[in-house]
Amino acid sequence: MAETEFEPKIVGFLCNWCSYAGADLAGVSRFQYPPNIRIIRVMCSGRIDPYIVLEAFTQGVDGVFIGGCHPGDCHYLEGNYQAERKIKMTRQLVKKAGLEPERLRMEWVAASEGERFAILMREFPKQIQELGPSPLSGEKPDEKLMANINAAKLAALDFRLRAIVSKERKIVEQGNVYNETKSQEEWDEFMEDAIEAEFERKRLLGLITEKPMSVKELASEIDLPTDRILDHVVFLRKRNQLALDSIEGFTPKYISIVPEVKA
Amino acid sequence: MKAFEPKIVGFLCNWCSYAGADLAGVSRFQYPPNIRIVRVMCSGRVDPLFVIEMFIQGADGVLIGGCHPGDCHYMEGNYHTERRVKMLKKVLAKSGLEPERLSLEWIAASEGERFAKTMRDFTEQVRSLGPNPVAGEKPNLLIMESLYAARNAVEDFRLRTLVGKELALVEKENVYDEKIPQERIDELMENAIDEELVRTRILLLAKDKPQSVKGLADKMKVPSRDILKHIVTLRDRNLIRLEGIEGTTPMYLAQTQEVEA
Amino acid sequence: MTDSVGAVMVVGGGIAGMQSSLDLADSGYRVYLVDKSPSIGGAMAQLDKTFPTNDCAMCIMAPKLVETGRHRNIDLITNSTIDKIEGKAGNFKVTVSKKSRFIDESKCTGCGICTQKCPVEVVDEYNKGLKVRKAIFVKYPQAVPLIFSIDKDYCIGCGNCERLCKAGAIVYSQEPETKVLEVGSIILSPGFDEFDLVQKRKEYGYGRFPNVVSSLELERMLSATGPFGGLVLRPSDGEVVKKIAFVQCVGSRDRSIGNPYCSSVCCMFAIKEAVIAQEHNPGLEATIFFMDMRAFGKEFDDYYVRAEKEHGIRFVKNNRISSIAEDPITNNLLVTFIDKGNLVSEVFDMVALAVGMTAPKDAKDLSEKLGVQLNPYDFCSTDILFSPLETSKPGIFVGGAFGAPKDIPDSVSEASGAAAKASSVIASERGKLVTVKEYPPEKEVSGEEPRIGVFICHCGINIGGVVDVPGVVEYAKTLPNVAYAENNLYTCSQDTQKKIREKIEENNLNRVIVASCTPRTHQPLFQNTCAEAGLNPYLFEMANIRDQCSWVHMHEPAKATQKAKDLVRMVVAKAGLLEPLTRVPIEVKPSGLVIGGGLSGITAAQELSKQGFEAFIVERENELGGLMKRVHYEMVGEKKDVQKKLKELIKNVNSDKKIHVFTNSTVKDISGYIGNFKTTIDQNGEEKEIEHGIVIVATGGMEHKPKEYLYGENDNVMTQLEFEGKLAKKKMDADTVVMIQCVGCRNDERPYCSRVCCTEAVKNALKVKEMNPATSVYVLFKDIRTYGFSEVFYEEAAKNGVKFIRYDDETKPKVADKKGLEVKIWEPFLGEEITIKPDVLVLSAATIPHPDNADLAQMLKVPLSKHKFFLEAHMKLRPVEFATEGIFLCGLAHSPKFFEECVSQASAAVSRAATILSKKTLEAEGMVSSIDEDICSGCGTCVVICPFNAIEKDENGIARVTEVLCKGCGTCAASCPEKAASIKQFTDEQLIAQVVAAVKEVN
Repeated sequence: MAETEFEPKIVGFLCNWCSYAGADLAGVSRFQYPPNIRIIRVMCSGRIDPYIVLEAFTQGVDGVFIGGCHPGDCHYLEGNYQAERKIKMTRQLVKKAGLEPERLRMEWVAASEGERFAILMREFPKQIQELGPSPLSGEKPDEKLMANINAAKLAALDFRLRAIVSKERKIVEQGNVYNETKSQEEWDEFMEDAIEAEFERKRLLGLITEKPMSVKELASEIDLPTDRILDHVVFLRKRNQLALDSIEGFTPKYISIVPEVKA
Repeated sequence: MKAFEPKIVGFLCNWCSYAGADLAGVSRFQYPPNIRIVRVMCSGRVDPLFVIEMFIQGADGVLIGGCHPGDCHYMEGNYHTERRVKMLKKVLAKSGLEPERLSLEWIAASEGERFAKTMRDFTEQVRSLGPNPVAGEKPNLLIMESLYAARNAVEDFRLRTLVGKELALVEKENVYDEKIPQERIDELMENAIDEELVRTRILLLAKDKPQSVKGLADKMKVPSRDILKHIVTLRDRNLIRLEGIEGTTPMYLAQTQEVEA
Repeated sequence: MTDSVGAVMVVGGGIAGMQSSLDLADSGYRVYLVDKSPSIGGAMAQLDKTFPTNDCAMCIMAPKLVETGRHRNIDLITNSTIDKIEGKAGNFKVTVSKKSRFIDESKCTGCGICTQKCPVEVVDEYNKGLKVRKAIFVKYPQAVPLIFSIDKDYCIGCGNCERLCKAGAIVYSQEPETKVLEVGSIILSPGFDEFDLVQKRKEYGYGRFPNVVSSLELERMLSATGPFGGLVLRPSDGEVVKKIAFVQCVGSRDRSIGNPYCSSVCCMFAIKEAVIAQEHNPGLEATIFFMDMRAFGKEFDDYYVRAEKEHGIRFVKNNRISSIAEDPITNNLLVTFIDKGNLVSEVFDMVALAVGMTAPKDAKDLSEKLGVQLNPYDFCSTDILFSPLETSKPGIFVGGAFGAPKDIPDSVSEASGAAAKASSVIASERGKLVTVKEYPPEKEVSGEEPRIGVFICHCGINIGGVVDVPGVVEYAKTLPNVAYAENNLYTCSQDTQKKIREKIEENNLNRVIVASCTPRTHQPLFQNTCAEAGLNPYLFEMANIRDQCSWVHMHEPAKATQKAKDLVRMVVAKAGLLEPLTRVPIEVKPSGLVIGGGLSGITAAQELSKQGFEAFIVERENELGGLMKRVHYEMVGEKKDVQKKLKELIKNVNSDKKIHVFTNSTVKDISGYIGNFKTTIDQNGEEKEIEHGIVIVATGGMEHKPKEYLYGENDNVMTQLEFEGKLAKKKMDADTVVMIQCVGCRNDERPYCSRVCCTEAVKNALKVKEMNPATSVYVLFKDIRTYGFSEVFYEEAAKNGVKFIRYDDETKPKVADKKGLEVKIWEPFLGEEITIKPDVLVLSAATIPHPDNADLAQMLKVPLSKHKFFLEAHMKLRPVEFATEGIFLCGLAHSPKFFEECVSQASAAVSRAATILSKKTLEAEGMVSSIDEDICSGCGTCVVICPFNAIEKDENGIARVTEVLCKGCGTCAASCPEKAASIKQFTDEQLIAQVVAAVKEVN
């Protein structure tokens, strides 16, 4: 690779028992791959919190790679299934925020798949190279995108998304408290709506942390219809996260009353 | 067309055979002017690589002259040479070149006349073999390619270790204070030459363009089964990789960084 | 016994030997694990995947390998065989001789530099000859111990390796050693060998036709670490295989070559290989030629059905193929077989022969040296029904495939069972020979500024040859909180451990980082070093700059160095945030509750008692014995009076002071957790409370009451157990008996196999013939599944004139009562329907789970399988325990099985339980989840997702972690909606610190 070529920065979260072991085996077998990845070991892919992944993007990484055990192989029985659903949600959030979802990749890598790990490590940086540097990296990260990713991060920290994504597997596969199961399609649709709404709400709150804004102003800033914004405003007021700040003329202005979330 | 005049390169050791050549001159013994002599301090200095390189460059014959057994100025350089030449002859034969194009002769400082005779005989021998098939306008590509492979093979640690240690292992003792029978070494060497030549040829053929097992087998006239085994080994050493599958045929490409290294 | 020895020798380090060793070492005994090979792991280490879960074999096995390798109370004695034995049970003296490795085991770090310049290539037996290895080698990359050996048969002694080895581990003058070891008991688990295809089955062309391969060769091809990186290629020309035939029973069920028994595993093995091969070679067509599909294990039939319906694997039944021929030009194979009565031929790209299991080659030698008897096929002889784990010599036990061909879960159960048996011989000596490590008192470091020491390893030239190690050291010194940094030739060597301890002292370090290889294998070593220096072991971190850096970026030294610096910076960032963690001790009540008083429950209670623990049996009936009360004789072994033996057993249990029997009782409530359970028992309406440390679920199963074939309508229609009762009372005078197999199972309602009925039918058929040879007996079956040595009795029954007629779902027998029973069945050989008029119709009724399982499962918070048996923690490697610690299962509660298998499993459950009960206190792992009570809203998300039941809601509705149950996966932390849950050692702050450090530019 030439000096000037873009060298993607990739952070990898690998589970101790399968994919980290697979990465070790790539080493033992001397399968070569480009040195873009910085691996962080976790005990289980289920440990990977969506908001930590989003945090990595705010830090300017160009790609995040997540490795877990193949279905059925999880050392902790089902952590990888949890991870699968969480990462799916995270990709949706990344996409909503306006960053390419391809920058987040999850793969099952077994302890015996050293060669496969190396192949993935050749492929993924190439894929990222084609996408170019993350707009959040470098000296001047894209401000709007940063605001979006931060909103996505807050959405991932929010009670609602966390609660539902964690229960997805149980509800789709075993049934809810009423012993009803939802089909995967029904669930996906429900999830999609929830992600969209939570993301928009966090985005909205992000805009009014310091200065109050009207529904109209918010609508033009976030690029959403005013009635949608109004729905969110009503909802957030009920949740006690937003308050009426003032009324200018006939235009109410709202301000966030959520304490600054430490993340 | 002019009559064929063989080009012969001679590597002569400083203390015996080079002195013998000088004596031939002092004594005015006549011999044909086909040889170009390269002086080395000991015949043991002649790396197998030089010999293969000479043939690739178009030499029709290579002559190595050393001291008679027991006479080596450096104790046992000539014994090593002897074993290397044995290996080289096998490598040449397997590459499709007549092993008679390479000759090792013991010539003492006092043997001026013998030197001249050796030159006459070897020149005739090479003349009768005809021109080096890889020299000239239309080189035999199969042999050329085999020689390239041979050049890589004789550079590989495996052949070098075997040939380098042969004398010690057979004549003296190995690390377990045991002697290894000559037959065992011969067998190992034979296999090693076969295998390394095939492997280096595979790597050369698959350097720029992906190759299939069958394709390689056809080009190299080696059974597919053996080619597959070598590919397994080369893959294990990260020298070749699966590039893709065309229909039911896996295609392999040499990993360039390693080949160049 | 005062002269007993608290040590056990385990012979053979495959999955069975490892399991026995771990159980014993964890319950207070010293273990000598002897293996003839240079590394342990056995046959399982060669497998790609395992059925019926398609688990990656290495993924699930590696943790056990590592644990066995580094267990303080297990001495690995590799490259060694038994020479002779003296003494008796309780006190044996065993002479072991160890071949030279020509490597100093204490110095070799397993780095592998030596092998790179070894000029000798050798056929690699681990890869079934499909690859080459060097004369200096290690069997496989994950081998334990990871110590190289020189294969002297091939080594020419050139000396290259000695010059390359920076650790100075090569010792060409190493002599073989002989050791005399004192042990109290011995477990034999030498495994099996493969049937010799080349010598004994020439007609299938193995060895002559390149594309005829053995099932184990195919397994290596399927493996990602195998010769073709997981693709199935034709050895003749390297083409991708598109059409493969599996030929079953090669070297099994074949008296002509001396192996009349069934190898038990090959049917499932073939299905698995077909499914996986299809996954690896998309579009592959697979055909399996077999006689009977022996999918008798837990959920095996589901796998079989899925393979046929979902994967389109073609099954050609009732077929021992006629011949295999080769087209010499294409190397394609022409398989000739019988199809609907006609001989037909079909072309395949490849044929895989299901190679049978034979006794290990050294079985005879072992038997002579140890004085244990073998059966006619050289497998270890045991008294099958009541003591399947005991050899003919007291104090010597058997586990795994050496007893009979068997699969991994059965081997693991037996291995644990054998460990229980071996332990009961020397229970008085528990804890006497184990090493207890004493550590200095821990330094108080909380509140101190982090002072980090960084030790960076050259690993010979493995790291140093690529990464600029001194440069990384200099860089590390510039990082915040780093108080000391240095480099080492081998950070893992003994002298470096001493140095690390000194440096901790000198520089007052309170955090330690080693940048070297992988924490998966080396972290425990360095953590131990920290503890020896008085530092809490959780104040340690590793950076993997070898396996994941220098080895994979060998041609980019500058970038690799940069990466190594980044990796060090990342762990330095994390290390600053590390906290000392404590392991919370909890007290253990040395007693167990056994739910169910059948053979499994009785055995479990008795084994607990023999181990010195108290046992409580809860049985709903008014007496012990369960289903076994209905069994009267055994088919194999000494044909003892089963009921007499059972009565003795029950009498012993009732008079055992350590066993408390509660008949007419049920479990009303169980609370608590591992070590400390409280149970309310309802005995005839009276409630009793007991406290115990563990629970063993042995609720058994029941015989299904058939709903078809006139059962309950005609008195001459009865189940197999009812029939056996009649036979025992000699009340049987029938001219014709018909038996119908698979009644109530292998159907839509119960798609599983009840495992025992084929053998039961054969047993009863033989009994009928024994009582009156003139009686006609017909057995109508789908597949005869007399696996293992039962096959021999199937053969005998056929020889004695028992007629076996195959039916399938479309040709089920029709039974009518026309002034007498009438059975109509399609006879495939005659090609017509025949009518039989039996005097007695015997139905082989399904074994069904106990209906109370569901309630009990809820009470214990453990799962049931889809067929309502209990579901164990892991189908392959943890067959007798639940994911929830301290709760075990055995017998029919797990799945249908033979009584001897119940005995093995019950003993196994006790062995696993003893690893807990033998300790006065248990220590929870420090790396556990914790919940901030102030934040928790009690939503219960964590309770639902924790697969180990480690989180519960307390009386205030707040989630609470039971630390001993927590395995530290951290999924709760990633899921908690309020972010009240966190996981120690992998906290959000620590992970984010690593992420931030990964991105930050370095100069």
